[in-house]
Amino acid sequence: MLTIEALTKTYAGGTTALSNVSLSMQAGEIVALVGGSGCGKTTLLRLVAGLDRPSGGSVAVDGNVVTEPNAAVGLIFQEPRLLPWLSVADNIAFGLKHLPRKEQRARVDFALMRVGLAGYNDRWPRQLSGGQAQRVAISRALAPEPKVLLLDEPFSALDAFTRASLHDHLLALWAAQRPTMLMVTHDVEEAVTLADRVVVMQPRPGRIFAQIAIDFPRPRDPLSDAFIAAKRRILEALDGSLSESRPKPKPDESPAAAWW
Amino acid sequence: MTASDLALQQAGEAASGSEGQPAAAGWLKGLAVGVALPALLALGWEVAVRAGVSNGRLVPPPSRILATLVDLWRTGDLVMHIVATLRRVALGFAFGAVAGTILGGISGASAMFRRLTDPMFQGFRSVPSIAWVPLFVLWFGIFEAPKVMLIAVGVFFPVYLGVLGAIQSVDRKLVEVGQVFRLSQAQMLRRILLPAILPSWAVALRSGLGLGFMFVVAAELMGASEGLGYLLVDGQQLGKPDQIVAAIIVFALLGKIADAVLVRLSAPLLAWQDTARPAL
Repeated sequence: MLTIEALTKTYAGGTTALSNVSLSMQAGEIVALVGGSGCGKTTLLRLVAGLDRPSGGSVAVDGNVVTEPNAAVGLIFQEPRLLPWLSVADNIAFGLKHLPRKEQRARVDFALMRVGLAGYNDRWPRQLSGGQAQRVAISRALAPEPKVLLLDEPFSALDAFTRASLHDHLLALWAAQRPTMLMVTHDVEEAVTLADRVVVMQPRPGRIFAQIAIDFPRPRDPLSDAFIAAKRRILEALDGSLSESRPKPKPDESPAAAWW
Repeated sequence: MTASDLALQQAGEAASGSEGQPAAAGWLKGLAVGVALPALLALGWEVAVRAGVSNGRLVPPPSRILATLVDLWRTGDLVMHIVATLRRVALGFAFGAVAGTILGGISGASAMFRRLTDPMFQGFRSVPSIAWVPLFVLWFGIFEAPKVMLIAVGVFFPVYLGVLGAIQSVDRKLVEVGQVFRLSQAQMLRRILLPAILPSWAVALRSGLGLGFMFVVAAELMGASEGLGYLLVDGQQLGKPDQIVAAIIVFALLGKIADAVLVRLSAPLLAWQDTARPAL
């Protein structure tokens, strides 16, 4: 469904953010990307979204190569990024302007009900709490019914309780529409709660270190043995990914560096 | 009703400028404080002239200025002059603001257009406005057209610069939202860039309007048979300082009122703003 092949991204400064990443996802699958900072998770997401161009390799959705933002791919950012001059309803309808007004309204009402914000249509974004704003952002991304939904650490700025409730909202929305979801997260528990598969990435240059399948049914109890075992495997993989790439001191560097 | 709902409601009321008792009282209080100092100075001068400390010939006391204003009002001259001046400002402001908004918007959205035209505009911007007067008189004659043109030029630059600067500083994160939703360049301008700059645009229009009032004086000083600027020249030539001061006071009042009208008109467009303090 979503096929990433030998994807490489080198920035103008010469940093290789991603090196030869291949990943293929089935329709409706949820994959979480975890890894230390600088391992190219966000770069990967931006390439899949078509916001950046790859230096090598390709991304394809149902066989169509992604070169620019694409109706089949929705993106949820780290921050809600609601447009402050539009009401909540107009924000959600932002990607629906090609539809008749009535259909837009119906979809907005339905989306708001789904995320527990029914009746919030006419609020301004500034009147929402962080969790409410992110729920509106999720609704906005899902309203045009994309086949692939990308999430860039969407809950990292929220407190633990809000995050847990948003996990539930997200899973309910996913169950209704079954988009393929690729999400970047720093939070191992979040990855185990949501994902079918966790991809551990390794920094400098960013590449895939390990893939861990999480195949016990949702909802997942964070105190269950299976949950704790999955968490342990991911943490071990993360440890491995970091220790292997830890830079070794170069012999010719130390005296000069000391002088400076 | 939870505490947060209550807070939201209060925020909403504050933003919509509720007409409640406290707001009206606050406004009156603000007016009283703002008027106190000039009123005190005027009163002091009046007393000084009456007591014979000064003869008040070159700096007329408030009572004589008021008498002049009343005279001008009775004959209908004052209204005629005010209408003439306001008409010039309105026309010049309209032309300048429209041109500044359109050209600033295109320059902001298209790097090519900006590289092509911005150096020229920036160059013209540093030309003192009065320098245009002889040219405009040659081109458009000595009646209304050169005056309106001069005001339009004065209004154009702050609006152009304000719109251009605001478009260039629109948050990249919001522009990316537009990209994710595959907006074309024209849609990006209409749905993201223009709404995002509304607050800066309102400020740019205000400074443009302020300059419009400055330039109308310059325009009317260069030769007019009516208008508040004409009252100034006339007062100088006939040695009537009370008429000069009266015209200056009318200018101050008109400028303030026009600015307040502009703020009031733009307020509904800016209700969404999440700012620490209410708009001026």
